[in-house]
Amino acid sequence: MEFGPHLMLATLEGAVTAAVLALTAAGLSLVFGVMRVVNIAHGEFFMLGAVLAWWVTQAVAGPWGFALALVIAPLLVGALAVVADVTILKRLSYDPERTIVATIGLLYILQQLTLMTYGPDARPVVAPFNTRIALPWLERGADGWALIWPWGLGTTTYKLAVIGAAAAVLCALWLFLARTRAGLVMRATQADREMATAFGVPVERVYALTFGLGAALAALAAVLIVPIQQAHYLMGADPLLLSFIVVIIGGLGSLPGTLVAAVLIGLSDGIISVFFSPTLAKILATLLVALVLVFRPQGLFGARGR
Amino acid sequence: MTLKTDPTALSRRGALGTLAAGAAAASLPMWARYADAQSAAPIRLGFQVHRTGIGAAYGRWYGRTVEAATALINAGGGINGRPVEIVAEDDGTDPKRGAEVIEKFANQHGVDVAFGPLFSHVVIGSAPRAGELKLPYFVVSEGTHVSSGMLNRYTLQPGITDVKSQVISMAPFITRTLGKKVTMIFPDYGFGYDHRDNLVPAIEAQGGTVLEKIAIPPTETSFTKYFPRIPRDTEVLYHVMVGPAVLTFVKELGEFFGGQGPQLFGFIDSLEAVAIDSPGLEFLEGSHFWEGMCRHAQPDQSAHETAYRAAIGVNDRGASLADPRDVSTYGHMFGCWETLHIIKAGMEVAGYTGPQDRAALIEAVEAMEDIPESAAHPQGTKRFNGRTHQVFGHQNISRVEGGRLVRVHRTSIEDTVYPDQVDYTQQPF
Repeated sequence: MEFGPHLMLATLEGAVTAAVLALTAAGLSLVFGVMRVVNIAHGEFFMLGAVLAWWVTQAVAGPWGFALALVIAPLLVGALAVVADVTILKRLSYDPERTIVATIGLLYILQQLTLMTYGPDARPVVAPFNTRIALPWLERGADGWALIWPWGLGTTTYKLAVIGAAAAVLCALWLFLARTRAGLVMRATQADREMATAFGVPVERVYALTFGLGAALAALAAVLIVPIQQAHYLMGADPLLLSFIVVIIGGLGSLPGTLVAAVLIGLSDGIISVFFSPTLAKILATLLVALVLVFRPQGLFGARGR
Repeated sequence: MTLKTDPTALSRRGALGTLAAGAAAASLPMWARYADAQSAAPIRLGFQVHRTGIGAAYGRWYGRTVEAATALINAGGGINGRPVEIVAEDDGTDPKRGAEVIEKFANQHGVDVAFGPLFSHVVIGSAPRAGELKLPYFVVSEGTHVSSGMLNRYTLQPGITDVKSQVISMAPFITRTLGKKVTMIFPDYGFGYDHRDNLVPAIEAQGGTVLEKIAIPPTETSFTKYFPRIPRDTEVLYHVMVGPAVLTFVKELGEFFGGQGPQLFGFIDSLEAVAIDSPGLEFLEGSHFWEGMCRHAQPDQSAHETAYRAAIGVNDRGASLADPRDVSTYGHMFGCWETLHIIKAGMEVAGYTGPQDRAALIEAVEAMEDIPESAAHPQGTKRFNGRTHQVFGHQNISRVEGGRLVRVHRTSIEDTVYPDQVDYTQQPF
């Protein structure tokens, strides 16, 4: 494929990755920022979102089933995360080391329960709409510039919708954090837990809801991507790794940093894997994490440690 | 609390006596069993199955096939008059666990032989351990690693043909009917390398060229990013993919080309356990597939194959009778059926009575040559090569016509044969 169309396709593919990654990583970043909990089970919440989407679309066929899944899956996964917070993390007093171990345990419990109930197969969810859009390219022929439609250069309406939906959700998340009272309380808890408690902020309830919201964001990302990828019980590993990479590069707990890093990692993943190899893309992302940790440990957008 | 001698407590002598009696009681069933081993004790076959992990779809259907074949063998009097018992262990489609499963079979379950894995990395990871433990290991994996000489005398592949023989018999068809400029997409591990290493010389021998070789990890979930590497002058796209995301792979292939693009020649692996009429796969109409055994019943289907379909419970479209959405791995799973019948035949020739006869069993299988088509071998006649431990058989090429896989070519066994690369019979047991 020629360089121009090739780059355009790579950018489009990367944008889909970036959109989904931004949502997933925003959830992880939120949980870390507010609760200082490193949630290793985040990828499993992502996976549960995809599996629930499959279940809902099996029960209700057609586009309405998918619309229902977009609502039900994040709600259920969020509720599950709230329960996990109240029954597990709260009992560990949100101790950083012990919560890591606890969420590793949660990872295996969720993964194996899915394996036991949903089974080991990858199952497809049909996209509510999916039309291929062939993209044109300018080429200089014998009689001047002309539009050509090379094979391979195209995308689908659904992929564009995923990018749009992720952007909309992230805007809504930002508005929620910046403009609502609940968002204010969350930011207050993030800034200083003890002071927030002193001001009468119900910190434990904030923690539970934050954990739920983080998981719901991962589940929503999964519902969006599942018509492209299929639901599988092992699908949580990659988003978890990439989310960590994004969150570390962007700065733990910083939403704008997460966004910028997600776009950076998503696009570079798309472009590098198209032009070179997907393995190289992962190597470079990991290298970037190492460099950030050495030279700017607080991340690109993170605040210096308090 | 003080220590005191309690007359009711166990004395040392008494404890020893009880232990000895217990040991005798525990060993009782052992020699009681040996007394009439030849008539009653079941023959235990260790089934290494990909129940979870990336091979789960194959594992499910390999399991059903093994169940049906075992029921048939037992209904016919078992092996040497002894019933067959399957001891299944999940290997998670993971080479490390595969080797552990082999150890468990040998040391814990005490099985007579092990069989059943498909994924080549599991086979390559497990076979050395089977060789060390001197446990006959009948693989159903298509990998050329058996006949290449990479493995050992205890590893045999008598139920399914290998990639090299498949590829060399497909290449003439590809270059003659589809085109001479080929680009290949294959999974980035052992099985895929067999395709890569054998397709290039096979295509070149036919006067064609392989323009590009695109390796994709079997755990990959999105594929469009790999497709731009397909050169624009490609005439035939040769694709073989495995893993949980094969449906996504094929779908994205269709979206990428958008109704244009080169001719497609795929191995059915790219679509195993996936319905060919799934939404988004309409573009496959007119494309060709290699099939080990034809998923959709052909007009000239043999009575043996009809019985085979009924025994496993799959319909004319290769899907489960109980749930038509549950499509089988029809192109491969016959290998389990035929392997079990080879084990039965081998054990009967060797007069197999127990693990001390394992070497005799391997020699009996090595001595097999022509295997006629029968209820035990519904895929067709085969020829076993005892030196390379690999079986050879007919290959099928099907074309998608009106949402059905219609066979357009069936190779001869001669088309698939290649010179020996190893003589396992020279290796000591």
